[in-house]
Amino acid sequence: MNFEMPNFLPAAPEIFLLTMTCVILVVDLFLTERSRAATYVLSQATLVGAFILSLSLYSDATVVSFSGTFVLDPMATVLKLAIYGAGFVIFLYARPYLRARNMFTGEFFVLGLFGVLGMMVMVSAHSFLTIYLGLELLSLALYAMVALQRESQAATEAAMKYFILGAMASAMLLYGMSMIYGITGSLDLAEVQAAIASGVPNSLVLVFGLVFILVGVAFKLGAVPFHMWLPDVYHGAPTAVTLYLSSAPKLAAFAMLMRLLVDALPGLQSQWHDILVLLSVLSIGVGNLVAIAQTNIKRMLAYSGISHVGFLLLGVLSGSQEGYAAGMFYALVYVIMSLGGFGMVILMSRAGFEADRLEDYKGLNERSPWFAGIMLILMFSMAGVPPFLGFWAKLAVIQAVVGADLVWLAAVAVIFSVIGAFYYLRVIKLMYFDKPEQTEGLEASFDLRVVLSANGLAVLGLGIYPGALMALCVSAMG
Amino acid sequence: MFADLPLLSLVIWTPILGGLLVLATGSDRGVEARVLALVVAIVTFGLSIPLYTGFDNFTHQMQFVELHPWIETFRINYHLGVDGISMPLILLTSFSTMLVVVAGWEVIKFKPAQYMAAFLIMEGLMIGVFAALDAMLFYVFWEAMLIPMFIVIGMWGGPRRIYATLKFFLYTFLGSVFMLIALIYLYRQAGSFAIQDFHIVRIGLNAQILIFLAFLLAFAVKVPMWPVHTWLPDAHVEAPTGGSVILAAIMLKLGAYGFLRFSLPITPDASSQLDWLMILLSLIAVAYIGFVALAQQDMKKLIAYSSISHMGFVTLGFFIAYAIFDQTGSYHGAAMGIEGGMVQMISHGFISGAMFLCVGVLYDRVHSRDISAYGGVANRMPVFAGFMVLFAMANAGLPGTSGFVGEFMVILSAFKANFWYALIAATTLILGAAYTLWMVKRVMFGQVANDNVAKLQDLSGREVIILGTLAVAVLLFGLWPAPLLDVMRPTVENLVQHIAVSKL
Repeated sequence: MNFEMPNFLPAAPEIFLLTMTCVILVVDLFLTERSRAATYVLSQATLVGAFILSLSLYSDATVVSFSGTFVLDPMATVLKLAIYGAGFVIFLYARPYLRARNMFTGEFFVLGLFGVLGMMVMVSAHSFLTIYLGLELLSLALYAMVALQRESQAATEAAMKYFILGAMASAMLLYGMSMIYGITGSLDLAEVQAAIASGVPNSLVLVFGLVFILVGVAFKLGAVPFHMWLPDVYHGAPTAVTLYLSSAPKLAAFAMLMRLLVDALPGLQSQWHDILVLLSVLSIGVGNLVAIAQTNIKRMLAYSGISHVGFLLLGVLSGSQEGYAAGMFYALVYVIMSLGGFGMVILMSRAGFEADRLEDYKGLNERSPWFAGIMLILMFSMAGVPPFLGFWAKLAVIQAVVGADLVWLAAVAVIFSVIGAFYYLRVIKLMYFDKPEQTEGLEASFDLRVVLSANGLAVLGLGIYPGALMALCVSAMG
Repeated sequence: MFADLPLLSLVIWTPILGGLLVLATGSDRGVEARVLALVVAIVTFGLSIPLYTGFDNFTHQMQFVELHPWIETFRINYHLGVDGISMPLILLTSFSTMLVVVAGWEVIKFKPAQYMAAFLIMEGLMIGVFAALDAMLFYVFWEAMLIPMFIVIGMWGGPRRIYATLKFFLYTFLGSVFMLIALIYLYRQAGSFAIQDFHIVRIGLNAQILIFLAFLLAFAVKVPMWPVHTWLPDAHVEAPTGGSVILAAIMLKLGAYGFLRFSLPITPDASSQLDWLMILLSLIAVAYIGFVALAQQDMKKLIAYSSISHMGFVTLGFFIAYAIFDQTGSYHGAAMGIEGGMVQMISHGFISGAMFLCVGVLYDRVHSRDISAYGGVANRMPVFAGFMVLFAMANAGLPGTSGFVGEFMVILSAFKANFWYALIAATTLILGAAYTLWMVKRVMFGQVANDNVAKLQDLSGREVIILGTLAVAVLLFGLWPAPLLDVMRPTVENLVQHIAVSKL
């Protein structure tokens, strides 16, 4: 076996992020409570640095390195850039929230950065092992973050639930991977694909492996029927952590899905297509129906997130380049909307007041017409009403589904999105048509106001001109 | 002088951006917001007039066309243009919005800036629907329009406003999403979202029928046709006066416009196959809903049902064209039905708007919409009584008013298709007169019924201006409809020739 020096350049952002995170971990030890802001500034600087590095590495070529375990292609670069962006916004939104609750510690940022590193590894994985490595790095960081609020019973319960179910899902995924490894004799995604294409004797084991892998991925995405953890965890975790959970990891999970199904197992497309149809119909249906019954906005957004995952899967299951691009577009759009939605919850909350009940939004139009307007944009966008960004995401996936001759599936999806519109409208009803219970304005820091406004206006602005983002997704899927 | 300006874009974006500006002025400084809103509405109306004066009456081609690429991934273009069908509706929209801004002047006390802004933004979006020549652009305007209307009914509506506005939104949203799937399907067939490409793409009969039904759901809810009309009485009753006027005058026309722009030319064979269904639903709307209107106690509800009944005439006129064509093979006879429907649309825009404004005048003073709360109003408000009787007569289809022209043309063309169709349609002349005039009799005439009526003040100058303008329009189009007919003739004749050719 000959050993070659691997090409480190494609992994430069990962290496940079890892180094910086370790530095921050050490630096944070020597900071006093008052100079804690330095950790925040360093973390944001790290994300900006990684962004610049990834951007400078952007090219249309696909580079495989580290003996076939790591790949850098346009999809990976675009998703990584989006993850850094999401991470930046998450840290920014989270700061006032954490500060008000005595949770403004280095752990949040260090764990957050390790999570980002895990996502980057997942996005760039080119072997089953790398996928698993990235996934575990992300998941362990998330378990700890959910439990960050030690004295909160709900958060502890959520963390336990998340950890146990998450570990189970990881086991399923690993088991599935081992089956496919057993048949094809390789962990490398490209070699697995080649082995299946050249014909393997025992296809039943392959299908079993596929099913276990899909269970693991569906759990991470939060697709029905593997969604049970999601509302409880979103509800129990501190809002700043929910913000994290609900956004960037969806991008990584989408990448994992693409790597596993499209890069490694295109030979089993007829099998995974059927499974994904089931998962997406169930997710869209259950997500939208159960969301109606929620009185807590974090739970409502959790169920709404489940239905959005169903739509994302619609794009992937159509099995065409435009479908994959649509799925990616949907994932990006969902992250932007989800950041805005949970950002609003953070904006509305104060120390000792979580603002997570729907009633807390009553009469927001009289307290702050501007942020009521931002929330209106976000809600209509999630409901898929034009001209907001969410509509174009739905259009893209439905277009792909109709292109795959699955008109009935498109019809099911739109019927449930009409049902789903009800609970988004209810939030708008509370904000605009009801009288406020409290009359004081909102107290929030300047940067939170500015970035949240920009987030909401981006949903409107990108909705009026979605062409560039769509074109980016199409080119990333090459 | 206007030839070089992108007039349609101006007419769409002036009210939308103006509305945002009004929003920015804040609700505590109401007067500035109102004045600004009025200026924006007048400027928009002014900008829409060159669409008429510069219109070429001798072509069916799209005019004032603007074409820019918008979303290249899906070959969606920012493509605007008007023909003889859409141009009059754009003028009606900008005209009605102006009146609505004036009508809400003193009446709206709660957040007037948001009220005015919602109507201005809605105006731009509705004009966008009429001007869009790209199906996806059309859909964006079509759906986006629901947002301001949802807010208007929900914020300034009556006691059951939340039920009404949710019903309005979800009903229309459900109708529209199937149209979205149909549009995507057509995009896959035609290779672009251009409506004119949809017109020429060949589609098999089964696909045509499915597409027709998807369109039917979207447009029938909007028109609304029996039996998907139930949202309308609720929405009308709960909406503030301005909301009712825009709903009746413009939004209902969007559905009918959709039939002309999408259903008939894209799926002519399915339309021909299913014309019996459309004629049946239209006749039910005309006759049955007429009886329902007769039984109403609430003035707004009565006018809402009368709107459904009158819109039945519009859809009857559109789809009777097929029956006439099958019977006689005459392009001219078929064209008359469609022209009649078009005239009825414009005329109903004026009359129903005026009727809702009249009810608004009474409601602002007495805060009741029940017919039984009034009686002998004419004794205290003679000027108002004059206007109300005029509009009631027009609503009943009295010759000399615009209400007569459209109904007459539709009934006349219905005779060419089938005597019984015409007979049922003609019952509206009796029913319409019955429910409208009976209401006027109970509200306006007789002894002064109670103290509230005794204390009534006659119309203010502002109200006289609004109702007077509408009265002029109603009489003008009743006595001299030729300008309207001339504008739409080439387009309608081209449409009839197009839909007579099978696309199988």
